[in-house]
Amino acid sequence: MNMLAVLFRLAWRNLWRNHRRTLIMLAAITLGVWAMIFMTALMRGMVSQMVADGISALPGHVQVHHPDYRDDPSIANLIPITDTELSARFEDAGFVKWASRVRVPAVITSEYESRGLTLLGIDPDTERDLTFVDYDTVEGRFLNSSDDSGVVIGRKLASTLNTQIGKRIVLMSQDPDNDIADRGFRVVGLFEANVQSFEENYMFAGKATVQKMLRIGDQVSEFVVLGDDYRDVEAEFEKVSQLVDGNVEVKRWFELDPYLGTMLGVMDGFVLVWIVVIFLALSFGLVNTLVMAVFERVREIGLMLALGMKPINILFQIIVESLLLLAIGLAMGSALAWVSVQPIKDGIDVSIVGEGMDMWGMSSVLYPELLLSDVVLANVVVLALGFLASLSPAWRASRYEPIEAITKV
Amino acid sequence: MSAVTCVDLCKTYRQGEQDIKALDHVSIEIDEGGFVCLSAPSGGGKTTLLNAIGGLDRPDSGEVMINGRRIDNLSKGELAELRLRQIGFVFQAFNLIPVLTARENIEFVMQVQGVPAAERRQRAVEILEEVGLAGLEDRRPADMSGGQQQRVAVARAIVSRPALVLADEPTANLDSKTADGLMELFRELNEHHNTTFVIATHDKRVMSYAKRLVRMLDGRIVDDINQDAA
Amino acid sequence: MNLVFRLAWRNLWRHPRRTWLTVGAIMFSNMLLVFMISLQFGMYGLMIDNTLQAFTGHLQIQAPGYIDDQKMRQTVDDVVPLATKLRDYFDSDRIAARATAFALVSSEERSYGTAVIGVEPAFERNVSTLPELVSQGRYLGEQGAAEIVIGAALARNLRVALGDELTLIGSGRDGSFAAAVVNVVGVFESGLADFDRSITEIPLGFFQDVFYMDGSGHHIVINLPLIDDVPVVQEQVEALLAGGQNLVVHDWDALQPGLQQAIKADMSSAFFMYGILVILVAFSVLNTQLMSVLERTHEFGIVMSLGLTPGRLGRLVLLETAILGLLGLLFGALLGALVTYWFSVYGFSYPGMEEMTAKFHLPSRFYPQISIPSLLLGPAVVFMFTILAAVYPALRLRKLHPVEAMRAV
Repeated sequence: MNMLAVLFRLAWRNLWRNHRRTLIMLAAITLGVWAMIFMTALMRGMVSQMVADGISALPGHVQVHHPDYRDDPSIANLIPITDTELSARFEDAGFVKWASRVRVPAVITSEYESRGLTLLGIDPDTERDLTFVDYDTVEGRFLNSSDDSGVVIGRKLASTLNTQIGKRIVLMSQDPDNDIADRGFRVVGLFEANVQSFEENYMFAGKATVQKMLRIGDQVSEFVVLGDDYRDVEAEFEKVSQLVDGNVEVKRWFELDPYLGTMLGVMDGFVLVWIVVIFLALSFGLVNTLVMAVFERVREIGLMLALGMKPINILFQIIVESLLLLAIGLAMGSALAWVSVQPIKDGIDVSIVGEGMDMWGMSSVLYPELLLSDVVLANVVVLALGFLASLSPAWRASRYEPIEAITKV
Repeated sequence: MSAVTCVDLCKTYRQGEQDIKALDHVSIEIDEGGFVCLSAPSGGGKTTLLNAIGGLDRPDSGEVMINGRRIDNLSKGELAELRLRQIGFVFQAFNLIPVLTARENIEFVMQVQGVPAAERRQRAVEILEEVGLAGLEDRRPADMSGGQQQRVAVARAIVSRPALVLADEPTANLDSKTADGLMELFRELNEHHNTTFVIATHDKRVMSYAKRLVRMLDGRIVDDINQDAA
Repeated sequence: MNLVFRLAWRNLWRHPRRTWLTVGAIMFSNMLLVFMISLQFGMYGLMIDNTLQAFTGHLQIQAPGYIDDQKMRQTVDDVVPLATKLRDYFDSDRIAARATAFALVSSEERSYGTAVIGVEPAFERNVSTLPELVSQGRYLGEQGAAEIVIGAALARNLRVALGDELTLIGSGRDGSFAAAVVNVVGVFESGLADFDRSITEIPLGFFQDVFYMDGSGHHIVINLPLIDDVPVVQEQVEALLAGGQNLVVHDWDALQPGLQQAIKADMSSAFFMYGILVILVAFSVLNTQLMSVLERTHEFGIVMSLGLTPGRLGRLVLLETAILGLLGLLFGALLGALVTYWFSVYGFSYPGMEEMTAKFHLPSRFYPQISIPSLLLGPAVVFMFTILAAVYPALRLRKLHPVEAMRAV
């Protein structure tokens, strides 16, 4: 153990022999690590946001539908179990959040225009914090209850339809017998959404009201469950599967939207690739630094070997030097990344390319998400690869013949 | 006109907590064609005086004149010009650029001086012959003995026929026979071309070659002996 | 100059391993940059082309305000004669008139709200890829027939097959009730379920009758062989229209703002990453050149005593760096070109790419192409930064004093 302490001290002091070179290398490593983590935080945030937005547009983490609903999301494919019955079962299950909805295509007509969109018949109490609408930012008011006779539409849609709060619109859809079901509503609220297309493609009305209008009695299109973490929904999936029976389908969110599902996986892969690429760029400089350091100390190494130090200790010393350098750089880079994430925690406004972000399915505000696992990953990868990179110069150093080394000019 | 004139030179260094007087009111005049040895024990001031004469270092006070022209108040650029064209230097060791051959080391200086390419090559080969290194033009310093390296350095120093050649302990790294050979070369060049030589040394053998021996101690000239037998 | 060049070259090879490692860093980053930029440029180009070819076209003539409000009454009057006039003027068939309405489309069993587009069947295939995507039946025929083509997903949802009838219900130009019965003559499949469900096409003549258009329409779509011609042609069209109806000409960026923005967003993040890479390489060069200068201090002292100015020495260092940079540039660009070429033959894909690219009408396997800009852009910037990195070591030389320098070991 004593030897270890000596080697460490030697390694540390040797690092600072050529402080200019060490500082430059440190600066490079710090920058590299900062870039690794900072960029990763931004990308993670982007994807998390996307997934969260996507999930809030789809209902929740786990969903229940009629088996044909996915392909034909219409009135014909309602959940066979009644709303009351299934709700009672869900009530006792202890989910973080759950809700049931009617969700069908409809046409909304104002005085001047008509548009096709998706009608959501909801119970506003259960939907709070579940859906993508922030109740507090709704202009006018949100729905009061499942029986509410008003509708809440997106701001963009209101402008397209040339309508506003207080005005009347007509909703047209079809009932189970394929007859037109229509009804007039008053617009009571306008909502804004992160993802701009949501404002045009979705609208809200009371569940009971919609059920009456569509003459579907006590039935709904989907049951929705939210868990704690979208990354792991297995527990919820199990529970829900046990609660339902008959001709229904239970799906996890990523099975319903393959784009979102794969985005997460792609992002994980991307983060790893990014870390490795940065490290490779650094590695040339790192190996160079070590090679130069060893070269300059040839005589000294020869002396140590002549005095009886074992080659393995030389090897060890060089590796420790390299790891020390990396460790300092990692610490500084990680700290710098954490510091630089703080001021943008509330998000970077990129609405200037908002429609573009929309196309990627992303919102127009970028939130960074600094995950401990990512920081750990970066640190581990850098140390592990750094260890590998330093093996060659360290090995060569340990292979010096004492006499040759001492007499080298 | 004297080749070199120094008037009341002073230079002090700070080493740790002490002030060291490297030059303590030194005055000296050296004629054209002179062959002077500056001798002193280590730290006696000979290198400092040499550097002052060669425009490598500025004295704290006093005047230095080369061929009647004051050089202690010249700018860095002007001093560089001076060293390029009028003064040749030979140091104790590491005189040459290791990655260039003997001939290229000499050509390099000429290129900086602006000598056209064809002429450069020819003069380099000629001068190498003159210092007794014919046939070794394409050798790198690493492949030459200490004595040969020094000769190349001398060749480089004199290739443009400077008025003054300053040598700082040129034989310190050589064995006695080679040292003799080098000093013979110096004397030859001095006789043939009337080049002024000022050599700093503490080697008695070297001192015996001098026409004039100037002894220094603690930054002062303590002795000035004319040894010119001829 | 020859000797100075030779000197610079040989100086580089005093420590071959160090030089190769530094060149290696430059090569690595260049290779990456060439490949990535080729990939990006190619993808962006394809993204734009494919998206525009799918439906939007490069230019569209519309009534003022239509682009934001899309109201039925914002029309281009006498749209077919105008389109014919343009076709004659430009001697091109890639110009087509259209009209758009939102209607409820009902089959026997189901109804859906979609967009109904009135098209000129003879010319529509020149401005959109949709007609080619007809997988069952045929595309639309003569002008006046009561036919419709719908997407495969919609056909499934409406439970209709070729030959079945559909009812269209919507509002006409003047707001009055519009209805018609049409025959399904063709079913198209674009691969994007959303697209398939949201667009149906009927002949323009028939549309104009059903929706009381009185010979008007909403768009004239212009497709160009080269996207670079857009600004020129736009001006020509505007000139041609001047003095007639009050119409505007929109370019594709105005029609699909998300497209350019999505590209910009992606480019920004990419450039940030490239920037980090370049800076890290510059650090490597800085370190190497600084070391190389410092270890020659004594030698520089001697050379200065021969009469060389620090300025000349600085230039020597810059020359050495330039040679270093050039080596890295050449080899790196070559390597990058080879890698890109390999992928241009075997295609580039990563797991999860398919879902992502489908959104942008991109193929799931991409074949990057090298172009002069993509080959040189990255390496040129790296070269610039390489030279920049040498400025500090070169500047340090200015302060070098011959006597002090020679005191160095």
